[in-house]
Amino acid sequence: MQHTIAHLKRGQKGIIKDVSSVHIPLKLLEMGCLPGNSVELLHVAPFSDPMYLNINGSHLAIRKETAVHILIDIVI
Amino acid sequence: MSKQINVALIGNPNTGKTSVFNALTGLNQKVGNYPGITVDKKEGVCKLPRGVKAHIIDLPGTYSLNASSLDENVVIELLLNKNDKDFPDVAVVVSDVENLKRNLLLFTQIKDLEIPTILVINMSDRMDYKGISLDIEYLEKELNTKIALVSTRKNTGISELKTLIADYKKLSTKGCLNASEIDKAYFENLQNAFPDQLLYKLWLVITQDVNFGTVERQEFDSLEDFKTKSKADLKRLQQKETIKRYQFINNVLKKGQTIDLKNAKDLRIKLDRILTHKVWGYVIFFAILLLMFQAVYNWAAYPTDLIDEGFATLADWVKNTLPEGVFTNLLAEGIIAGIGGIMVFIPPIAFLFFFIALLEESGYMSRVVFLMDRVMRRFGLSGKSVVPLISGNACAIPAVMAARNIESWKERLITILVTPFTTCSARLPVYVIIIALVIPDGRFLGLSYQALTLMSLYIIGFLTAIFSAYILNKVLKIKSKSYFVVEMPSYKFPLLKNVGLTVLEKTKTFVFEAGKIILAISIVLWFLASYGPGERFNDAENIVKTESPQLSEDELNDKIAAHKLEYSYIGIIGKTIEPVIKPLGYDWKIGIGLVTSFAAREVFVGTLATIYSVGSANDNEDEDTIKNKMAAEVHKDGTKVFTLASGISLLLFYAFAMQCMSTLAIVKRETNSWKWPMLQLITMSVFAYIVALLAFQFLK
Repeated sequence: MQHTIAHLKRGQKGIIKDVSSVHIPLKLLEMGCLPGNSVELLHVAPFSDPMYLNINGSHLAIRKETAVHILIDIVI
Repeated sequence: MSKQINVALIGNPNTGKTSVFNALTGLNQKVGNYPGITVDKKEGVCKLPRGVKAHIIDLPGTYSLNASSLDENVVIELLLNKNDKDFPDVAVVVSDVENLKRNLLLFTQIKDLEIPTILVINMSDRMDYKGISLDIEYLEKELNTKIALVSTRKNTGISELKTLIADYKKLSTKGCLNASEIDKAYFENLQNAFPDQLLYKLWLVITQDVNFGTVERQEFDSLEDFKTKSKADLKRLQQKETIKRYQFINNVLKKGQTIDLKNAKDLRIKLDRILTHKVWGYVIFFAILLLMFQAVYNWAAYPTDLIDEGFATLADWVKNTLPEGVFTNLLAEGIIAGIGGIMVFIPPIAFLFFFIALLEESGYMSRVVFLMDRVMRRFGLSGKSVVPLISGNACAIPAVMAARNIESWKERLITILVTPFTTCSARLPVYVIIIALVIPDGRFLGLSYQALTLMSLYIIGFLTAIFSAYILNKVLKIKSKSYFVVEMPSYKFPLLKNVGLTVLEKTKTFVFEAGKIILAISIVLWFLASYGPGERFNDAENIVKTESPQLSEDELNDKIAAHKLEYSYIGIIGKTIEPVIKPLGYDWKIGIGLVTSFAAREVFVGTLATIYSVGSANDNEDEDTIKNKMAAEVHKDGTKVFTLASGISLLLFYAFAMQCMSTLAIVKRETNSWKWPMLQLITMSVFAYIVALLAFQFLK
């Protein structure tokens, strides 16, 4: 199964695999959301939306609707 | 006099760019708007070594030169337009030592535009705390730049930065990397078509929709041919460019920066465990809101009352000291009262922005957005809209100004438009007196009917605001960024200087921008209430004296004032609109109250006091006088004016109608157009009329 950031549980980490979806804003890539970089889910708001992530050292929050388009490999 | 150096401060949000700006310019700064749009334009002057002066612009924060909002577009427009009078001689890119990698992305883009660039690494005092060490010499060489290690908190590195700016001519203009490698054939074609132009600049023009001045536009017109690549293709190229830039940056930092994670501490993770918690996060946020509300509603009341009394005393003094006449009246009752009417808003504005600046400076505001996004987005609002909507319950004016912190223009506009529905404190005196008059005594579940009515009015106001936001979100067709990426910066102790400057700037903006309009309308209202046509107004004294010769002097004066108001222009307006407001259950006296309420809603009570001639006698008695007078007031046919039906109708009218010129003035200033305040004035008042009409007709 293909995993995305939306599959992460709190405290889980992953490695970003693919960000080529048109639903991913360029700004997210500029903030370090690029293939090969690590991602960790730090906190979630109620209903897991938005999600608070640590991507390659950048702490940022995105909505679930964006998170489902970022493909990852779950590490732990 | 030597030429001023144009300096542009550029940087990611949350890098302390504004602190650097404040450190360079101090109080020599002013805030305006960019022409046509409501983006703050911050400019200042800084004295450099050897008597040189620098004109410094603090550009809106941006993560890259690929704009996705109006704010960010400002940055690109300036950097691409060499003819702009503000085009920088030198760009100062402000970065944060903790996020150097991400900050350098923007830096490399600006370097590639071949603009002389200085790199400021801010918050250098946190290096030890984060276990970071930098090889500055190596970084300067690899990035072809000069670096200033700055700490605005510890006030170090600023004079070094000033020296670097003064010596800007020594800076290299060589770019960092060659972006054209991402698609060689395409870029070669582009360069051949425009041999005189900088390739990277051409590429930026193609990828952004930049509004150039006409001259520059013509020059680039044929660029349309190069947009043949599909949008998706262009986006893919931009992705490639971003990846390429990060490769370059990673290579430079591999040698230039070492991070010892063992020494790194992160307060952010610990604090966020509580502050973004599913339960505690909200409890804490609402506690903070409550505190802000308390400050604006209660604490600000003391200085506000002082100002109010001060101006009233001044007006009296002017009236008693200067020779009687039109000019004295204009000065005392028009101008001084009008300026007083502006000044009373300073305490609530200052208090609210003190808190908002603290929230922004500390980094907490991003957590608010995180917590509230899901709820607010359904109504087309931003997580940040919570602050204006709650502050609106104290006063709509600082609340509307607070909406400026919302990045998306559409969300900001909707917030501004709906905020006046929330129950501001000026409605309270009107509510209190009408409720006391028409709502019967009695209890429901231990709460009095009167308290329940007051609470309902607050709830109705808030729900109407939310519901209108929902409708506006569907109706307004404004292109706005549709995605949501919010940085959660590390927590910082707010710098008092920055907080102070924010409070000062917001207050100044209100006094000088909205104040002009408020003063003008106050004078018009004063004129309308103080003058009238014909004998019945001008000969009021004699008419009243002959009609009722048995009155004492005080009563006589009250009667004359009432008579004058009745036959003044405003009285005539009140009588003229009587047929329109009759279906709502109001007579012309209430009509006058509605018109004067435009100065401020609470004026309603005072106006009725004058009309019912309880003005001066009211001083030593309590409010009951006016209440009794109102209760005794009857229509021509002997029925009471203030009944449950007309009272509820009046309450609802005040809940919904846009009756505040100060709010209209600030909305005009914040949206940069009369279109939106006029829309508010008309739709809110029409809506209020319909609701009040239905209420009266249904209840009577």
